[in-house]
Parts: sequence; C-alpha cells; structure tokens
Amino acid sequence: MPEINVSTADMLSLDARGLHYKELNARLREAVAEGATDIELRNVFGQRYIGTDLDKPVNIHIYGTPGNDLGAFMDGPRIVVHGNAQDGCGNTMNEGEIVIHGHAGDILGLSARGGRIFVREDVGYRVGIHMKEYQGKRPLVVVGGTAQDFLGEYMAGGVLVVLGLTLKEGEAHRASYIGTGMHGGVIYLRGQVQPYQLGKEVGVAELGEADRGVLEEAVGQFCAHFGYDAGEILKTPFSKLFPLYLRPYGRLYAY
Amino acid sequence: MKTYIPPRFKVERDQERCIKCQVCVNQCSFSVHSYDAEVDEVFSREENCVGCHRCVIFCPTHALNICKTPLDYRENANWRPEIIEDIIRQAESGGVLLTGMGNDKPYKVYWDHLVVNASQVTNPSIDPLREPMELRTYLGRKPERVELERGGLKLKTKVAPQLTIEAPIMFSALSYGAVSLNVHESLARAASEFGTLFNTGEGGLHRKLYKYGKNTIVQVASGRYGVHSEYLDVAAAVEIKIGQGAKPGIGGHLPGEKVSAEVSATRMIPAGTDALSPAPHHDIYSIEDLSQLIYALKEATNYTKPIIVKIAAVHNSAAIASGMVRAGADIIALDGIRGSTGAAPKIIRDNVGIPIELAIAAVDTRLRQEGIRHQASLVAAGGIRCAADVVKAVALGADAVYIGTAALIALGCTVCQQCHTGKCAWGICTTDLSLTKRINPDIGTERLVNLLRGWSHEIKDMLGGMGVNALESLRGNRLHLRAVGLSEKEMEILGVRHAGD
Repeated sequence: MPEINVSTADMLSLDARGLHYKELNARLREAVAEGATDIELRNVFGQRYIGTDLDKPVNIHIYGTPGNDLGAFMDGPRIVVHGNAQDGCGNTMNEGEIVIHGHAGDILGLSARGGRIFVREDVGYRVGIHMKEYQGKRPLVVVGGTAQDFLGEYMAGGVLVVLGLTLKEGEAHRASYIGTGMHGGVIYLRGQVQPYQLGKEVGVAELGEADRGVLEEAVGQFCAHFGYDAGEILKTPFSKLFPLYLRPYGRLYAY
Repeated sequence: MKTYIPPRFKVERDQERCIKCQVCVNQCSFSVHSYDAEVDEVFSREENCVGCHRCVIFCPTHALNICKTPLDYRENANWRPEIIEDIIRQAESGGVLLTGMGNDKPYKVYWDHLVVNASQVTNPSIDPLREPMELRTYLGRKPERVELERGGLKLKTKVAPQLTIEAPIMFSALSYGAVSLNVHESLARAASEFGTLFNTGEGGLHRKLYKYGKNTIVQVASGRYGVHSEYLDVAAAVEIKIGQGAKPGIGGHLPGEKVSAEVSATRMIPAGTDALSPAPHHDIYSIEDLSQLIYALKEATNYTKPIIVKIAAVHNSAAIASGMVRAGADIIALDGIRGSTGAAPKIIRDNVGIPIELAIAAVDTRLRQEGIRHQASLVAAGGIRCAADVVKAVALGADAVYIGTAALIALGCTVCQQCHTGKCAWGICTTDLSLTKRINPDIGTERLVNLLRGWSHEIKDMLGGMGVNALESLRGNRLHLRAVGLSEKEMEILGVRHAGD
C-alpha cells in the first residue's frame, strides 16, 4: 500500500510524543481556533478523544496509534489515521469522516448518527452497534477486512459494509450474533456467513438495484481511500442483511 | 378473549347534580364516560377507569365521585388481589407487565422513622423570617484546600466548575417523549425563575428550550438520543445516566407511537420508530470505561461543565460510588427504589434496588472513610416527598436532592400509574397533542415555583429550629437526626442514634 504523502506548506505539524491527551487536544483546539485547516499529528501513542471538540471541517492526519474514542461526538472534521485505531472510534459521531489505514478495535461507530468511517483491515466486537439515521444523516461504515461478534447489534439505521478482504480464499467470516436486536439500517456483507451466525432479528436477501447503488458508492469511496479496484471487489456476490422487524420488542409488553 | 379482571374503580354519578354537560366525557382519555344523545344520559364504563380524578376535578357541579370498587376476593395475605390480577393480565396477554410511577409497595420508608432535632435553652434557635439563612448550594468537585491571592480576596486555587442552586432541590430527569414539551417547558422555566436546574432525561432537549440552558442538565444515556455537540454546549452540566431507581439494570423502550414529529426531531430518530435504550452503555463495562466516557464528555465540553453520573441505588452502591468518584465524576446522583418512571416492567420496579435513605448514608460514609467525599457532590433521588425529606437527606449526607414525582404532582399528577399507556388525562406523560395542551406552561411554571418556594421556607424553618443558619452546617450532620423504631443494624447503616439516646 503506497504511503500517501500529505505534507504541504499549509500543514501544521504537531509532535504528540509525551503529551497527555488533555494537552494534545487543547493544542488542537487552539490550532483550529486560530484557523488551521490541515494538521498532522506525529508520534501519536494512544492519546484519546482526538477530534472530539472540533466542530470545523478540519483535516487531521494521525501518524502512530490514536487512543480510544477517536472522534467521539465528532461534528465535522476529517481524520486520516496512518496506523491502527483502538476502541470506540466514531462514538456518537454526528458528522465527519475517519479513514483508518489499518485495523480498528471494538464498538467502532457506536450510536453514530452521521459521518463516514473507512477501515482498511479488520475490526473488533460490536462494530456499528446502535447506529442510527435521521433525515439527511445516514452513517456509513466500511470495513475492508472482517469483524468480530455482535456486528451491527441493536442497529437502528445507517449502512454497514464488510468486505472480507483479509480473509483467505474460501475462509468464512467468524462473527456470530450479527445484527442481534437490529431494527433499522442495512448490512452488506461480502463473503460467506452461515445462518447460525446471524441474530434472530435479521433477514438475508439478495441485493436490489437501490442496494447496488449504495454499495457501489460505498465501495468506490473505500477504494479511493485505499487504492483497491472496486470492480474486482464488486465481482464477488454480497448478502444484504436487513431487520425482519422494525419493532422487535413491540409485542413484548402487556398494558 | 374475555378479561377476568374486574373494574378497579366505581364511578358514582349524582344524577340530580349531573347537568349532562359532557365535560367528563371530553376530559377522560381512558374512554370511561360517554354520552348517549338519544336518551340524554351519560354512561360510564367503569372497567376503563384508572382513578386519575380528572373528571371529578373538572365536573362543574361536583356530580362525580370515584371510589375503590367494593368487590372483595376471599381474604388471603398471600394471594392478594394485585397478585391475582397480575397473573390474569399475563394469562391474557403473555407479556411483561408494564407500569408507571414509582414503587408502590410498603417497603419501610426510613424518612418516616427519622426525627429532626431542635434547639432548646442551651443554644438559641434562629428565626429565618428575620435572620439570614443560607440555602444556596454549590455542586461539583471541591478542591483539597483553598489558597487566596496575597493580600486580597481573590482565589488562587483553580476551582473545578460548579453548579449554583438557590435551594438544594433540582428537578429529576424526565425525558421529552415520556413527558410532553409543555411539561419540559414548565420545568425549565420554573428552574430558571427559582434558580435551580431541570434535567432533560435521555430524550434530548427541544430547541425551543435552549434559552434555559443555564438551568439545564442534559443527559447522556445508553441510547444517546439527541446527543450532539450543541446539546452538550448549551447545558450547565452533563449527566451520564447509568441507571434509574425505578428500573435498575435495564434499558428503556419508547414505543413508536410516542415518537411524534417533534419528539423525532429532538431525539434525532425517524418519527414512529421505537427508541430502544440498551441496558448498558456499550462503551462502559468497567469503572475505567466510565472514566473514559466522563473524560470524553469533559473533552467535548472543554472542561467547562461538571459531569454527573447517575446510578440506581443498589447493594454495592457505596463501592461503586467510590469508583465513580475516582473515575472523575464531579457529582454523583443516586436514585432509590422508590424512584419513578414513565414506563418500567412492574416486576423490576417493585423488586429491584434499595431505599435511598440507606444508600445516601452508605455512600456518604464510604466516601468519607476514603477521604474523597469532597471530590464529588452527592444528589439523592427517589421518593423525596416534602421539605422534611430534603432536610433528612441533607443531614444523612446528600448535597442536594432531585424531585420528580413531587414536581409532577405539582403539575396535576395524581399518581394513577398509567404513564406507560401514553394516555395521561392530565396531559403530563403523553405526546398526544389533544392531551398535552392541558398543561399550560405559564401555570405549570407558577405551580412549580410555588412548590419550591414553600419547601424552601420550610427547610429554613427547620434549620432555624436546629439553630443552624446555613444548610452547609447540616450537611452530613447526622447528630441532628434520631431514629424512631429502627433496629441496631439500620441505625448503624444510617449512622444515627435512637431517639432518647
């Protein structure tokens, strides 16, 4: 994978080595307040909450490993991680984009209401949990590799795409409880899953024309970020996972 | 299926007084009263009556009375009518029984077993009508020690953000969607006028109420409904809701019927869809994770607001509270077993959690033992009914209280426990626009401010009687309390001596 060269004259560079997240984020806030629009963070070692309180469309390039809750409550920035991300990436995100050139951990996109997240490789548990959508907002998460259990759990909206590019020839996804409690949104999964791997609220269907459109757009963006061939990826059939019931617990109660 | 549940209430209509004006027909949202023009008579379907008294209060000729139906089952201390009828209801529906409001079971109310001291002879009592009496309360993390600038009265110590309230009473979390916008507006305006705070609950804050932000606590719960940067920015404080006294350990389901266009815009979910709040926050599985969310919110608000963490009072509350303080919570809210709800499974509401009195004492004691009591304020909720309960809560160790049910009663609630049906005839716990207009925010505000004013005077009276002129002197001062009819163990937990001792 070619390393993207992002250094330009307008780029503000910050060395995060040895900085506590509080200090790093304070400097980021300050830089954005002063009008910086392109910032690179070098030597990031696990600092949390990067991008959280920046409500401007600023570009941030992170070199190293950002900590948990990257872009939590984020409202606008675009973050590119040249490395892996940890847990809670895009937690309750409202708007913005996160591109991860590597792996990401658990609960990626938890409760996200908008924005886009692209992960080149694998992700952890409960990814896309309780994602929502509202009016023009429809969060998109595209995972290049595979995911762990409870993918798309409690999902109430948005689009979750899992491409399985890190799986070997003939190797199936291993996640179980996919879409448990799902009552909105859609998951497009490339590669094999057995019915027992799905939550009981999930239906499987072939892609319709509208699905194709959404998927091609999502995969197109993914490939533009990471330099894959979209046509090649789309040759393999996808399954569409959708909620069987919009109100899974509607009949649970006695009034 | 024919129901085997008999009517709960009897509608008594004095035919001589009834002028057939049909006010009762129009006021009842449970379809009890109906008018038959052919015979010019008003009829009642008693099986629908919930005992909310709306018709009684609004009947212009006082022709109506609602009383308990005199039907008796054979007496049985074990198989009580409520238990029999719960079984019948489930046999007929197969569902989880839902209910509204707080636990109505006769658990011991410790407030009623605690009495307050007064000064006699050896120190003078204070007359609050003529002498200054301080109820103002600051909530938030307090510094270890305070340093002043040399030669001045300016603070050198950087104090963490504090909430200032004029009496130790705030309005409990009541979410928009459960209660109506007019209720939210009444609470917001009353808080603003009196100088306290109201709490949005987990259903977001309607934009119309952003102007009351300085008097607003916004909640972040497991569903994250309506949580976005502007919502966090506009508030005075952010509360992470882990649990609720009425339903510890479980999430919530706001049925799609209640997600109207306005509720949808505030919660930021499509209209008509169910709003499901998961039981846990899926980014919190430990104290360390709680710390992570606390600091995520501190980062998101740039360390300008206190972060409250609310838990239901449960068996290990003291140890959990210690962890919460160490995790960075500036204020801890404890909600006891009598805490109320817009909807909860009855089996949970009536059986899970512990009384708030014991929880306050246990948490306060534990935090003092660990030397971290000053690091967080303590807010008690769940069954605070009057000014005396507030005084006793503060003496046991609370910094302030949340009131929910009491505030709703001020607005007209008669605790009929039908909140979960969405048909509240008093227009409180409903999103039905024909009902919500029954709460007039001008009058609602006035009723709530009156309540707060009345309680404040009473608190001052009780403080004055004790010879104390500031609430601060009562806080955690359990010597001002004595127990009546409690066991050794209960008194040990509460940290109080028996009356006469």
